[in-house]
Amino acid sequence: MNPSPFSWTDERLETIVANLLRAGLWLAASVVALGGIVFLLRHGRAIPQYGSFVGEPLELRTIPGIIRGSTTFHGREIIQLGLLLLIATPVARVAFSVVAFVLERDRLYVIITLIVLAVLLFSLAGGHL
Amino acid sequence: MNISEQTILIGLGSLVAGFLGSLTGLGGGVVITPLLTILFGVDIRYAIGASLVSVIATSSGAAAAYVKQGFTNIRIGMFLEIATTVGAVVGASIASRLPASTISIIFGVVLLFSAFASSRPAPRDASDSSPNRLAEWLKMSSSYPTAHGAERYHVRDVPGGFSLMFVAGGLSGLLGIGSGALKVIAMDQVMRIPFKVSTTTSNFMIGVTAAASAGVYLQRGYIDPGLTMPVMLGVTLGALLGARVLARTRTAKLRLVFGIVVAVLAFEMIYQGITGRL
Repeated sequence: MNPSPFSWTDERLETIVANLLRAGLWLAASVVALGGIVFLLRHGRAIPQYGSFVGEPLELRTIPGIIRGSTTFHGREIIQLGLLLLIATPVARVAFSVVAFVLERDRLYVIITLIVLAVLLFSLAGGHL
Repeated sequence: MNISEQTILIGLGSLVAGFLGSLTGLGGGVVITPLLTILFGVDIRYAIGASLVSVIATSSGAAAAYVKQGFTNIRIGMFLEIATTVGAVVGASIASRLPASTISIIFGVVLLFSAFASSRPAPRDASDSSPNRLAEWLKMSSSYPTAHGAERYHVRDVPGGFSLMFVAGGLSGLLGIGSGALKVIAMDQVMRIPFKVSTTTSNFMIGVTAAASAGVYLQRGYIDPGLTMPVMLGVTLGALLGARVLARTRTAKLRLVFGIVVAVLAFEMIYQGITGRL
């Protein structure tokens, strides 16, 4: 066996990435569950209306709106914050990989990972084609 | 039926979907949209929004288990994610311009394809290919653990795999699915990466691809918190349970049954799209 000089770093990187993803998932699920309880206590008896598409109100569609809304302790806003955390988890993973490739001095993959991160941030900032 | 009752039913349905999706390797996301549209009469745009979010959850949950096994190739995954994320943003942008009936028909066709692709016989390992210059420049060759120690593998046809990944990302963004089946085909069949490495790297990529579409979906108002909450929690729990049971179950028969269910749902989606009932 002749391990490559980077194998230790790669292995270490992958373990950290796995833990990051798991922590993000659990945090997001807890926030969503909390918001769900508040939502059902307040609106559980209402009649659901998902049959026709109207789209979500503006404060549930943008990152600043969701963060502002969650401080009002409304169920729907808290759930949306949890879902945003979930969406942010893979983005955090890519951001972490940029740092890891810098530490490995792998310039090619620093650039590749930055491109992926740029596409993700473009999309989350509300960019579309 | 009020919101509480519907939440419980959707949560249970999602739990079963996540459980079976994880056991069969098809992923829970593929049946969430048909479940919501056909059984609960939800508009397909809300349904694909909820499904996409659950795809991120299952990918993150499974990655923790996969990464430790040492099959995932982070470099291959990251390079191909350029194609899948750009494809996802394009697909999600197209989704908002297409009528619901068209999305439903495309969904049904892709669903049929996934059911078929996942039922094909056990793949051969193709690590015999010679080094390819582009793949070497991208440092894609690596090794993976086998019964007889670590085995080297090389990668070929990077442009072909990259193009197919763009399509996989586009379908993911258009339909709110993980496109796992197509991602595996791009790596296993086109780039000749060993099957185990392909499947785990595909899972690794699914979450990032879905996050790229999620930004667009959120902005367009496709992600409804009240509807997505039971789907996300149900699929996550189901997938975790599935991963626990997986080691002690024979999945061949289960895959067949689930494949048939998926095919029936696919025909129903196509039918509803054609008759314009969505």
